Amino acid sequence: MSLEIQDSEFDIVIAALQPNLTTFFEAWRPFFSRFHIIVVKDPDLAEELQIPTGFDVKVYTKSDMGVLGATSIDFSGHSCRYFGYLVSRKKYVISIDDNCLPAKDNGGLIVDAVSQHMSNLKTPATPFFFNTLYDPFRKGADFVRGYPFSLREGVECMLSCGLWLHNADYDPMTHVVKRNQRNTTYVDAVMTVPIGAIMPVSGINVAFNREVLGPVMFPALRLRKDGKHRWDTLEDIWNGLCAKVVCDRLGYGVKTGLPYVIRSDAEAGKALESLKEWEGVKVMDDVLPFFQSVKLSTTATTVEDCVKELASIVKEKLGPQNAIFAKAADAMEEWAKLWESHGAQSS
Amino acid sequence: MATTVTVPSPSAPSTPLLKDELDIVIPTIRNLDFLEMWRPFFQPYHLIIVQDGDPSKTIKVPEGFDYELYNRNDINRILGPKASCISFKDSACRCFGYMVSKKKYVFTIDDDCFVAKDPSGKDINALEQHIKNLLSPSTPLFFNTLYDPYREGADFVRGYPFSLREGAKTAVSHGLWLNIPDYDAPTQMVKPRERNTRYVDAVMTVPKGTLFPMCGMNLGFDRELIGPAMYFGLMGDGQPIGRYDDMWAGWCMKVICDHLGLGVKTGLPYIWHSKASNPFVNLKKEYKGIFWQEDIIPFFQNVTIPKECDTVQKCYLALSEQVREKLGKIDPYFVKLADAMVTWIEAWDELNPSTAAVENGKAK
Repeated sequence: MSLEIQDSEFDIVIAALQPNLTTFFEAWRPFFSRFHIIVVKDPDLAEELQIPTGFDVKVYTKSDMGVLGATSIDFSGHSCRYFGYLVSRKKYVISIDDNCLPAKDNGGLIVDAVSQHMSNLKTPATPFFFNTLYDPFRKGADFVRGYPFSLREGVECMLSCGLWLHNADYDPMTHVVKRNQRNTTYVDAVMTVPIGAIMPVSGINVAFNREVLGPVMFPALRLRKDGKHRWDTLEDIWNGLCAKVVCDRLGYGVKTGLPYVIRSDAEAGKALESLKEWEGVKVMDDVLPFFQSVKLSTTATTVEDCVKELASIVKEKLGPQNAIFAKAADAMEEWAKLWESHGAQSS
Repeated sequence: MATTVTVPSPSAPSTPLLKDELDIVIPTIRNLDFLEMWRPFFQPYHLIIVQDGDPSKTIKVPEGFDYELYNRNDINRILGPKASCISFKDSACRCFGYMVSKKKYVFTIDDDCFVAKDPSGKDINALEQHIKNLLSPSTPLFFNTLYDPYREGADFVRGYPFSLREGAKTAVSHGLWLNIPDYDAPTQMVKPRERNTRYVDAVMTVPKGTLFPMCGMNLGFDRELIGPAMYFGLMGDGQPIGRYDDMWAGWCMKVICDHLGLGVKTGLPYIWHSKASNPFVNLKKEYKGIFWQEDIIPFFQNVTIPKECDTVQKCYLALSEQVREKLGKIDPYFVKLADAMVTWIEAWDELNPSTAAVENGKAK
């Protein structure tokens, strides 16, 4: 039940938070060069971007964001990538942070993260029952004894969440306490996140079906001290939770695991500064019970409907607890509008 | 008290041996030659051998192992009429071993499972990994994308709530197999040559609310936390179904663990599964199960255990009532099974009187 997906259906979206992208693009050249690439420059970044030649690249900057008119969505920092999601005209998007390079697998071979994401999106997800051999559609694997036959067709995978070697995606507290720890374990598996289960989706290395999921792939939750380091943000975590709830409601799949990218140390020493005013320590304690219990109505049959309903529930239930949630709900509604006016078309 | 043995590895913390707290339960109908390969890892432990099939046959246990062995005559003698709940001519009989064990932890392994090698070529001490899994918490409420956060070199990822980082107690450690994969008969027939060669270097918690097919080939569990739920059902001789014993136990166990807030892990360790059973024989055994499971799964996905059930036994008995009521409609087998589930609990409590009165877990 593999889907036929062409390269031409993909956009690669890169958020440029640093000006010199030469090393990044050169390392990714073998895997990126056949795709159209959207680079979105962080509107707070003053310097000119340096991108090597030989790529089909379109760069978007702060002035391009003006096309949206006045909007409450803040596209600064890591959130600038979402502008790329909006302006892309392709069915699928892959997005990787600009401080990540291709990783090597256990055999020493360089991993083509792009192809792995494509494979994850092409093959079905199996959210209704956990397969103990992980992805049953992978070569050399299958459904195990006891896996109901009626559930073996699977559903379409809409979101593929990859991982990171070396500098793992930790919160600032963990970075400070375990400053020398590096993720060196390459877990050779892709698996479907079961229906009803939720997880923190890291925006560092993701791919998704933009045509279907676009309306829920938003930068809505911003911490008061949202910053340039990944640990200063929770926007992707919030995005992922919303996306998973919507996927569960509509019968779509979410996968996690391969591909790995290797993430540089560039930020690692600065976590202590972020701790001073970091509100992230408490935020997720409020967020999680909400997402564990939220139920979207059966009348919500499209992603847009789900997002609108979710936004109003967020406003009602979480809004009173913390202003950042009320703002998130507003941003979700604003995104739905922007998506309708600017994002919806695919070519 | 746990006995700590220092493993010569300067950076890695040592795993307690638990040699006085763990029993190894092995069902067998043939021989126990496979134990020779496991000797370096198993010898410190007490073995409970459950001999299936002809009780007049003598099963030779390799020298140097401390063991107790039960054949069918022993099972009948010890349980009397309650012995009806223990399967005959099926490895499901292993659960008798769980019942008679006096230890906190049980590790069970099939007699065609050998020591596997990790990608570096080193022999895998599967038992040590199971112990690690059982002694460290699970994380059933939120999936950690870096898998087991308690593993050395890993942690909780960004976005993981701090209030959940203590985790839940781990009740079950489900290991995997290299070489002959645990496929059902139809898959075996279509892919007779497929071997599992992929070593996935991870342990993870099966999320709350998620069911999975639990394989009994390489399994560890905390008997005090979940033992009474590990009944392997009515299979084999005189029964319409086989090869669903561990599946049944796994589904019952998981809904009870979810109810009581206990965790279930899957992944490492790997063992080397050497023997491919005959797919035609398997098909006959599994045949009814393949159709029945289409109803069984929705049953388990929707079952609710009453809030007041705060021990494993109470949960299990509540489950047996629902099995009788809801699955009994599909086939009279399930009425028999529900009866057997009740008999099992009665037998368990009889053989384990001190735990009958103790709360095994708290309902959340």
